[in-house]
Amino acid sequence: MPRTGVFICHCGSNIAGTVDIDQALEASRNFPGVVHADEYRYLCSEVGQDIIKKAIEENNLDRVVVGTCSPRMHENTFRKAAAEAGLNPYLLEVANIREHCSWVHKDMEVGTPKAIALLRAAAAKAALNDPLEAPELDVEKRALVIGGGIAGIQAALDIAEAGYIVDLVEKDPSIGGRMAQLEKTFPTLDCSACILTPKMVEAAQHPNINLMTYCEIDEVKGFVGQFDVTIKQKARYVDPVKCTGCGICWEKCPSKAPSEFEMGMTKRKSIYVPFPQAVPMIPVIDRERCLYFKKGRCQICEKECPPQAIDYEQQDEYIERRYGAIVVATGYDQLDPSVYGEYGYGQHPDILTGLEFERLFNASGPTGGKVVRLSDGKPPKKVVFIQCVGSRDKARGMNYCSKICCMFTAKQAILLKEKVPEAKSYVFYIDVRTAGKGYEEFQRRAAEEYDVAYMRGQVGKIFPEDDYLVVRGVDSLSGRNIEIKADMVVLAAASIARHDAPDLGRLIGINSDSYHFFNEAHPKLKPVETHTAGIFIAGACQAPKDIPDSVAQASAAAVKAVGLLSKEKLLGEACTAEVDQSQCSGCLNCEAICPYTAITPVELEERYKDGTLQRTVAEVNPALCQGCGSCTVTCRSGSINLKGFSNEQILAEVDAICLQR
Amino acid sequence: MTTETGKTRLIDDMKAYSGQDPNCCYQCTKCSAACPVSAAMDLMPHQIIRYLQMGLIDELAESKTPWICASCFTCAARCPRDIDLARMMEGVRLFMLRRRGGNKFGPADLTPEQLEKLPQQALVSGFRKYNK
Repeated sequence: MPRTGVFICHCGSNIAGTVDIDQALEASRNFPGVVHADEYRYLCSEVGQDIIKKAIEENNLDRVVVGTCSPRMHENTFRKAAAEAGLNPYLLEVANIREHCSWVHKDMEVGTPKAIALLRAAAAKAALNDPLEAPELDVEKRALVIGGGIAGIQAALDIAEAGYIVDLVEKDPSIGGRMAQLEKTFPTLDCSACILTPKMVEAAQHPNINLMTYCEIDEVKGFVGQFDVTIKQKARYVDPVKCTGCGICWEKCPSKAPSEFEMGMTKRKSIYVPFPQAVPMIPVIDRERCLYFKKGRCQICEKECPPQAIDYEQQDEYIERRYGAIVVATGYDQLDPSVYGEYGYGQHPDILTGLEFERLFNASGPTGGKVVRLSDGKPPKKVVFIQCVGSRDKARGMNYCSKICCMFTAKQAILLKEKVPEAKSYVFYIDVRTAGKGYEEFQRRAAEEYDVAYMRGQVGKIFPEDDYLVVRGVDSLSGRNIEIKADMVVLAAASIARHDAPDLGRLIGINSDSYHFFNEAHPKLKPVETHTAGIFIAGACQAPKDIPDSVAQASAAAVKAVGLLSKEKLLGEACTAEVDQSQCSGCLNCEAICPYTAITPVELEERYKDGTLQRTVAEVNPALCQGCGSCTVTCRSGSINLKGFSNEQILAEVDAICLQR
Repeated sequence: MTTETGKTRLIDDMKAYSGQDPNCCYQCTKCSAACPVSAAMDLMPHQIIRYLQMGLIDELAESKTPWICASCFTCAARCPRDIDLARMMEGVRLFMLRRRGGNKFGPADLTPEQLEKLPQQALVSGFRKYNK
């Protein structure tokens, strides 16, 4: 017979308000095996924990039941206390008499008997508890950062500074991401490249950072501390060791393709670096466009390259590495506004998205930094900005607010006035949302000092007439129809998840919301963790956000990763599945359902009659098992048990509640 | 001005008549901007919804806007909140007609010849609108 102690918490009035503690205490004393029962106002306090510890020692308890809040809140607290008193922590059982009882009932007549039933169930289960040990797992002291935008760069730098090796993987030929495409950053109007490129260079030169550009994640296996990742290094067709980045190859290359970096507004060569400050300054050959790969002739780059770095024979390579932690920072895409027929995007060269308009300000952009109409090269006199194109739109776009548009529109209107002083800006908005340090002041400056006309309303139609665009909208504050003969229209297209985010999420095993943004583990208290231990998220892949927020989140994710890498050993899950191989029929349904690939078939050799018999059975790798219990319910012969939640234990609980024994 | 109960009742009525909830509107004015006949209206389409939200029944009843609406459904096609304003406008018309009181006409007002010639759909629609 076990020697069980029961401890009931008042939780102030949270439990005591609807559960008669004295009555529950009295009932507990009569449960089988209970030799001690006590109560306290706040059991989780130090005094409360001491009561448990002392009772274990004085009464020689070998099982403990605490009637408290949800085990998600304080199971760890009480297990630690039990361990300090020399008891195996898994011999302690929590009866959730707050969330499952006192909070859902209004009067004591209902609450008290239910609390007693829950306590009785916990005592019955505790009697069958076995002492368990959590397995110790190794931690690979290396981190993987996926995505080389500002969030990924910041996370990589922070982890590297803490002394750990980081592989920074970027799918494009250069790191830099979206921030590299921006001209200025709000609300201080710093030149984006001026603050970004030092960080890019720092990342490239950091002894602890291994830059892996033009690479993609191919496969992720394993678990926290030991992720086995296969990375695909796409063939550059340029030897990165020989290449000096002199630029002769892309100067001489005769074939062109639309530049991804310039949003297709200008051309790049078939051998190219995406932008002049690219890191690394090593070009790639676009196989789809290259004349040599298409027609077998040309090879001008090979002939002209002084260090003979061109290598048409290069193949994609697959690199396998083990990582302790992963940070995902894959950024965002811009919604294609052509679904909004009334705006005519894609049908007129002077109707642009915010990101396209941004490129016009840049000295290396499609217009060489001159803000002019793409139709006739003249500077625009009137520019209409339209907000919420695809944001806050549950009918045709995204139901959320993209968060950055109010600010980048104010920024672009200010920049426009500085570049083209005679230009007049109009902003059609639904609400101006500029929460953030210095943001409201910035937006007001646009309206007050830069003469930007804010129209509270939306635009219903845009059509070309003569050499301008007629914009028909409404100003709701005056209740008037507005017609503007604009030279240019800029659409604040919604920020959306990367088109390949769902695939990547599946590949690395983290989940997303309905918009395909990656989910944090808790919206308030675990903002950079995911539901998969050891994988963290940062930047706009989690939700639309601006640069300050992305950088802050990246540093937060880095701290979490470093915290993990700094551990010598990780404690694994103690409550893992266990196969009774004498009963296992080897159907391996468990293998198919296991989300952690923790179950593998093994061959058993058994004596049978005169000879031996080969038999396939399932085996659980306790290091991989996360204790989800899927296999136990799938097992047809009932030969899998989850330690700490065995069939016997669960049935003992059910019996204790139903049969009241 | 109006009372809170009047406002709630008006919104409930509107939900019942048109299946559309005026409270879903955040007044972006896309409907008014898209409306081809808004220039002729005394209240713009988004203002009709605003009046519904505020429960301004009497003011609404005086507006000519619901009768100018051509039910072209451009507003419904453009609305980011997925509100079918054209249906709501029909709801407002219904509301006004019923408010004016009495049955305009019923099956008894029609001769058997008329009943035979008139299309079923028009009859049902007419009764729905003019018969309490």
